[in-house]
Amino acid sequence: MWTWFYKLASPPYVYGVAAALMPWLLGGAALAMAYGLIAGLAVAPPDYQQGDAFRMIYVHVPGAILSLTVYMVMAAASAVALIWRIKVGHAVAAASAPIGASFALMALVTGSLWGRPMWGAYWAWDPRLTSELILLFIYFGVMSLRSAFEDPARGDRAAALLAVVGVVNVPIVHFSVVWWNSLHQGATIVKLGAPSMPGSMLWPLLSMWLGFMLFYGAVLCTRLQAEVLNRERQAAWVREAIKS
Amino acid sequence: MMSNFWSMGGYARYVWPCFGFAGVVLAWNLWAARRLLAGARLRSARALAMAAGDAR
Repeated sequence: MWTWFYKLASPPYVYGVAAALMPWLLGGAALAMAYGLIAGLAVAPPDYQQGDAFRMIYVHVPGAILSLTVYMVMAAASAVALIWRIKVGHAVAAASAPIGASFALMALVTGSLWGRPMWGAYWAWDPRLTSELILLFIYFGVMSLRSAFEDPARGDRAAALLAVVGVVNVPIVHFSVVWWNSLHQGATIVKLGAPSMPGSMLWPLLSMWLGFMLFYGAVLCTRLQAEVLNRERQAAWVREAIKS
Repeated sequence: MMSNFWSMGGYARYVWPCFGFAGVVLAWNLWAARRLLAGARLRSARALAMAAGDAR
């Protein structure tokens, strides 16, 4: 039962799987995003309150969800690396951090572009916005800490520890709109109960979400290959791997 | 019809930069990841070549 888990600890196995999966994930992401963009921009009706400005959710919401999802993956991989001393865990965490940071930045910038016409301001020190900004800073902290040590193994451990501790911010970001008075609207799709959106608006959003997830998988596979190569530079299997 | 689409009900100056920025972030992710992998392959090839040279 655990064979697959042990296999994931093997750098050559992970390198091969990542190389094989990458084009499929990228192709799937392109298809899902193409449908999501066409249906979201041209087919879905304008919102009765926000008009066409609501269409910004088709990149803002998947970006925001992915900023949290990627953090969870990074923290889980860091925990696995710390507990079982699996080096591939550090590689997954190192590969995920810049991707997650870029999604957090995307969520903040696209959110501020939506906030200007809806709230009258690009930025407000609102609980959701502030906790998302802290998430971006934690990503920067994890990346900086990893590269701050001369010994890469010590950098990996320090970054993993920060990633695991920083996971406390993930529920704060998600539930900030419930726990505090917030300008930001409440959960629309990631919540208990049915999504509060009609299908014509919801399906493009779900498709964009799927596209972003697959895109993350594709970029993770590429970065993971690079991380594994950097860590195993002189291993015998690398000669065969870089020929292909 | 098309001008209605591009004007986005008067929100064009927010909607299009929003999608443009998201596109730039996605494109940067792909470009940076591929560049990183190409660099790692090059460094590995050099390390292997040096190791082979030392062995000789």
